[in-house]
Amino acid sequence: MSKENGKHLPESETKLTLGLPGETRGPTTEVGGKSGTKRGFSETIDLNVESSSEKQHSKNSDHDDGFVIDHEASASRPPPPKAQVVGWPPVRASRKNVMKSCKFIKVGLDGAPYLRKVDLEMYNSYHQLLTALQDMFSSCLTIRNFLNERKFMDPVNGIEYLPTYEDKDGDWMLVGDVPWKMFVESCKRLRLMKSSEAIGLR
Amino acid sequence: MSYFPDEVIEHVFDYVTTHKDRNALSLVCRWWYRIERLSRQRVFIGNCYAISPERTLARFPALRSLTLKGKPHFADFNLVPQDWGGFVFPWIENFARSRVALEELRLKRMIVSDESLELLSRSFPNFKSLVLVSCEGFTTDGLAAIAANCRQLRELDLQENEIDDHRGQWLSCFPDNCTSLVSLNFACLKGEINLATLERLVARSPNLKVLRLNRAVPLDTLQKILMKAPQLVDLGTGSYLTDPHSETYSKLKIALLKCQSIRSLSGFLDVLPRCLPAFYPVCSNLTSLNLSYAPGIHGSELIKLIRHCVKLQRLWILDCIGDNGLAVVASFCKELQELRVFPSDLNDIGHAAVTEEGLVAISAGCPKLHSLLYFCQQMTNAALITVAKNCPNFIRFRLCILDPKKLDPVTAKPLDEGFGAIVQACKSLRRLSLSGGLTDQVFLYIGMYAEQLEMLSVAFAGESDKGMLYVLNGCKKLRKLEIMDSAFGDVALLTDVGKYETMRSLWMSSCEVTLGACKMVARKMPSLNVEIINEHDQTEFCPDDDEQKVEKMYLYRTMVGPRNDAPEFVWTL
Repeated sequence: MSKENGKHLPESETKLTLGLPGETRGPTTEVGGKSGTKRGFSETIDLNVESSSEKQHSKNSDHDDGFVIDHEASASRPPPPKAQVVGWPPVRASRKNVMKSCKFIKVGLDGAPYLRKVDLEMYNSYHQLLTALQDMFSSCLTIRNFLNERKFMDPVNGIEYLPTYEDKDGDWMLVGDVPWKMFVESCKRLRLMKSSEAIGLR
Repeated sequence: MSYFPDEVIEHVFDYVTTHKDRNALSLVCRWWYRIERLSRQRVFIGNCYAISPERTLARFPALRSLTLKGKPHFADFNLVPQDWGGFVFPWIENFARSRVALEELRLKRMIVSDESLELLSRSFPNFKSLVLVSCEGFTTDGLAAIAANCRQLRELDLQENEIDDHRGQWLSCFPDNCTSLVSLNFACLKGEINLATLERLVARSPNLKVLRLNRAVPLDTLQKILMKAPQLVDLGTGSYLTDPHSETYSKLKIALLKCQSIRSLSGFLDVLPRCLPAFYPVCSNLTSLNLSYAPGIHGSELIKLIRHCVKLQRLWILDCIGDNGLAVVASFCKELQELRVFPSDLNDIGHAAVTEEGLVAISAGCPKLHSLLYFCQQMTNAALITVAKNCPNFIRFRLCILDPKKLDPVTAKPLDEGFGAIVQACKSLRRLSLSGGLTDQVFLYIGMYAEQLEMLSVAFAGESDKGMLYVLNGCKKLRKLEIMDSAFGDVALLTDVGKYETMRSLWMSSCEVTLGACKMVARKMPSLNVEIINEHDQTEFCPDDDEQKVEKMYLYRTMVGPRNDAPEFVWTL
């Protein structure tokens, strides 16, 4: 369906993009869409796997349906963050703000058969977080959080768990040492670690 | 027709209340027109620039309640620059000067200044009700003026406004002898609230029926408030976090048992799902539940809550409920009339939250469903056809597939046939929003079958001008048409310019319309304002180049000509 058969197309024409079927691509215009045409789809939800310097050409490339392989195989490069186009999806700012503040991280409990996810932005303090963690695994183990102590104990088998987290640098730290906001910023995952294993952290 | 004195006709007209019906009355004959206009107290103006305050009062001197709408709908999605317009001040100022006995003001998408609110609060001694939806431009200082000066205030309802919170003591400005409050909604406020003041206000408001709190109100205060106001009918919780083993939580459970009148529940802006069971006794009476601002409640907890809500008529939730959750809704909420499913994660468009399966389940289980807003990952024609068969009573059908041009994943075809089935089966359809891969064909169906359609929203759709023309020619009752990023251009715009006089407005952005064509519409139709909105660098836009495409065009009928408050970047042709 592309025009490449028997034709020599410049590399800019062979970029992987998601074009509208039958979309007319007019003659090259400056970046920024000053011509006022409908925004090329590549400008919108950006599924391009290409370098940013070539982005300007992609919306003007002259292929019908846009599904062409990028020989540069940008598999080595991570896909760029998806651009949010103005007006799409049709969600009010107040709703977008509710979502934006999500910081989901994985939580594991040593010995529990599954991981959970928790949104750190939902809580304002360590106490709230620990209460939530206790609830989260209450169906699995009967752990309890002791007030003023940042640890959990399972009264059934007497095992103590310490809440630990992996920070941005990949180090495992004890939960509770840094101010709350700083913790939220740097925490990448949580682990309720058996006390006996948390030797290096104390 | 035998002769009745005016007073008798007027008395009969008192029973005719809706805006549409009153308009119909006024068209019967001159005599009825006169009686109707002299007795109309509630006036609805869908576009504040269609008429002026002076002419409004000239026609309706008995006006007591005014509803005004400003910016076009797409302003909700940041497509309209903030200062575009929609100022309420001239209206309030004019009404104040003319000594209108204003009791109620309802505004949507308007710019409201503190100055306007202060003037409002001082000018109308009988003022009772202020409802602001999606407005901006004011601060809590304006609210303080309303609280302090409106002695008869019954309703202060703030929905999704952008309010600059000065963290002042606006709530304390309600005088101690103010006991008339029936409805108070400040959920959209971001700042702190004086909790003791709030408790005292609730305690002295025996008629309080609606109370929606903001995030700054903790569960502890909620519990105290509920003890003082068990008569509440509509409750929006603030922050819903506490230790489930605490005394506060126990007290809350007791308080809620006494709240037998709650029919509408919302809030849970911060939430510990473990504490939701306190609300189970309330759930069985609920007719309206809005958890769309509660991303902290995950699928399984949502389902546990919803199982109790057997009388539910309206449900607003996030898509983390999943298709399975919707199937549960379908089996428990047989009275459901309105469903809105909002997206919970816009950054990860790949994950499957809800799909066509959830919608089909709902349509099969909820025969009374008539209003839908559904954000989903994908949709199939087969599903839409099934939905149309199951629910032929849709009045509002708004589908938003997050990937806007996504085809039917099973057949790789556009969704023309699916939407076609919807418009053909739903003979009462008044509002429709399209998404997904769509050709001109869907518009052919809409033009053919959607006879009652009043509002149509289009994005990333169509192939040629024919699409838009099918709609303009076919939908006789069309009032609002809004189009973004679609293949419609000058031919579509110009073929029947007279049509726009029968509509409230037309919005076209990022389409193929040229400046020259817009100028022609303006020339041919002096009863329309044709506005070109040009936010980018002014020098790039050449006013004489008729060939250039127009970024955003908004045209609307008006009786008062071009407005005089348009900002620089808005050009009325």
